[in-house]
Amino acid sequence: MASDAIAIRAQGVASRPWVELVHEWITTVDHKRIGILYIVYALLFLVIGGIEAMILRIQLIVPQNNFVSPQVFNRMFTMHGTTMIFFVAMPVLFGFANYFVPLMIGARDMAFPRLNAFSFWLSAFSGFLLYFSFLGGNGLYGAGTAPDVGWWAYAPLTARAFSPGHSSDYWTIAVLVAGFGSVATAINLIATILCLRCPGMKLSRMPLFAWLNLVMSGMVLITITPLSAAQIMLLIDRYLGGHFFDTQAGGSAAIWMHFFWIFGHPEVYILIIPCFAFMSEVVPVFSRKPIFGYPVMVGATVTIGFVSMSVWAHHMFTIGMSSPANAFFTITSMVVGVPTGIKIFNWLGTMWGGKIQFKTPMLFCIGFLFQFLVAGLTGIMLACAPFDWQLGNSYFVVAHFHYVIVGGILFALFAAFYYWYPKITGKMLSETLGKWHFWLFVIGFHLTFDPMHIPGLLGMPRRIYTYEPGRGWEIWNLLCTIGAFVQAIATLIFVGNMIYSYFKGRDAGNDPWDAWTLEWSVSSPPPSYNFAVIPIVSSRRPLWDLKHPEDPDSQYE
Amino acid sequence: MSELAAAVPSPPQSWTLPHRGKVGMAGLIIGESSIFTIFVVAYIYYIGKSLSGPTPREVLEPPIFFTVCLLSSSVTIHFAEKFLEAGNRGAFLFAWFLTALLGGLFLYGTGHEWHHLIYDKGLTISTNLFGTTYYSLVGLHAFHVTAGLIMLVIVLLFGLAGRVGPEHSLRVQVLSMYWHFVDAVWVVVFTVIYILGR
Repeated sequence: MASDAIAIRAQGVASRPWVELVHEWITTVDHKRIGILYIVYALLFLVIGGIEAMILRIQLIVPQNNFVSPQVFNRMFTMHGTTMIFFVAMPVLFGFANYFVPLMIGARDMAFPRLNAFSFWLSAFSGFLLYFSFLGGNGLYGAGTAPDVGWWAYAPLTARAFSPGHSSDYWTIAVLVAGFGSVATAINLIATILCLRCPGMKLSRMPLFAWLNLVMSGMVLITITPLSAAQIMLLIDRYLGGHFFDTQAGGSAAIWMHFFWIFGHPEVYILIIPCFAFMSEVVPVFSRKPIFGYPVMVGATVTIGFVSMSVWAHHMFTIGMSSPANAFFTITSMVVGVPTGIKIFNWLGTMWGGKIQFKTPMLFCIGFLFQFLVAGLTGIMLACAPFDWQLGNSYFVVAHFHYVIVGGILFALFAAFYYWYPKITGKMLSETLGKWHFWLFVIGFHLTFDPMHIPGLLGMPRRIYTYEPGRGWEIWNLLCTIGAFVQAIATLIFVGNMIYSYFKGRDAGNDPWDAWTLEWSVSSPPPSYNFAVIPIVSSRRPLWDLKHPEDPDSQYE
Repeated sequence: MSELAAAVPSPPQSWTLPHRGKVGMAGLIIGESSIFTIFVVAYIYYIGKSLSGPTPREVLEPPIFFTVCLLSSSVTIHFAEKFLEAGNRGAFLFAWFLTALLGGLFLYGTGHEWHHLIYDKGLTISTNLFGTTYYSLVGLHAFHVTAGLIMLVIVLLFGLAGRVGPEHSLRVQVLSMYWHFVDAVWVVVFTVIYILGR
């Protein structure tokens, strides 16, 4: 039945003119299509942000290099950071949430399908707006094109006097609009998860994927909005002559830092929690065991959600806060490591004694476990205020957060791509190319980001466009840049794998991994209505119950 | 799919979930509260930090009458909801009209106050920190009142055309949640600006 559905679909697509197809995609309100739009859009920006990273690394490969000018270097690191956080990580995670939350909870669509489309187009528009700054940023002043104030845009760099032209305006408005899109998506996810669960899908039976995305959405509501508020204040300063961040009129530059990091630190958890969600779905399936410690997992996630909102000023130890403030933020930052550690133990507990299958998604998950642990350890180091005074704003910090974002978030994302690509397209990704991708990426990642800690310890500050020879930084920077090229090659293999497998890949069938959540009960790709009959569930693993009627999970609940 | 349904012996006895509109509006309210919190924090942080005049004590008068208007509109909208649920269309329309009128009066009050401050007292958004934070916070609230008022008027027009009945009760309640939120925010804004800030 499933393969028939696919065949009919393919014929239908081929016989229609392409204009109609494009029109269909642009006007779609189907959560699966919007999910794909999000993911494709994020991949496009991943390539752009990756090219910017390569430009940075090539400039730093040898001392006193002249590959780009200092001005271009500033624009590149600003655009790289902004792009990767707001236009790659957020949309790709929203894309997966959009696609799979309704399928996993047995719903036919999101709670507000049109709002869903609106959120996507807001995000898309804001991304194009940011990049339009290359053309429009000059304004009438001829004052430089793209934003160059860093991704956190500290005051007073963004004041009219120091940032003439429109480059900072493009940055502000793009981030503001992207924030509105994120908030709308978060509202939509919360309403979907709370109001559209299929009969029997109690909160205690929901897949962890849905649970973690629920927590993530709650965090988006509380922490993306302060950034929107700060951007509105910045616009008032720049356009209406306000004084929020204007120190000459009694305003405070430090308050921008607070407002930014009240958003900025929970944002890291907003990005990593959906990755925990991927881990919590992929690890059990390839360990052939149910997740270890489901209630603890939920509790730890909620704890992370709460605690992570009180750690923001650990980004600001070097600005000179009072001792009680330093102590408070040191302690909370260390506390947040506890529930995160619980999660790592739970995944290990899931793998322990399981029949582990080392397929590509699982390989990326194992990579995640090791790398995220190391990232957490350097995080604990930086959470100590005195240590941070020494190493704040150095390459050690750059190495730390790239360990989180690349070693953690990106690895979990790759696992998600290999795990769910068959569901989205109906074709398996090539395992051979997948293993090449994994191993090259692991090598490239460690070649880039392990050595990067050392110039930081030796005193290399972040965001410098060049450096003098003879400080012992040369070899480490050279290794970093070589690693960046290896990662780029691995990413090209991944992109090639997706394109090749789309046309030549093996048919996936409904359930290629013998998994347990509801999305695998429908055809690949799922029909537009998702479920012909709304399922009824009686345990956390509805497909296990279906496949093993003699020993269903429900009898142990 | 159908096998799945068949494999499960009995569907749960009762399966009711919250209304998606209400959950969605609650989400919006949480997000908006966060925005307002940041503006309120900025206002409180900058109290007394302006380098030049005018100061709040010199120019601000608590708008008691208009505050009473806005707060009473929360009562009228509550009764409007009840009337609609009971199917009493005429009473619903009257209470709804009263809500919009009180909301409109409040907005007039804000406009009047701003006109007075700008033309008589010479306080604009760029005069000093007080001006910047005051116009931003009150303006943000007034923006939300305006948005609410537009939605109230749309419902009123549909109501006058006879298109709003008890079957729309839940949707009207969602809008009313937003209106209560706007009123509650005003209590905070009023306290901060006219009591703490003076």
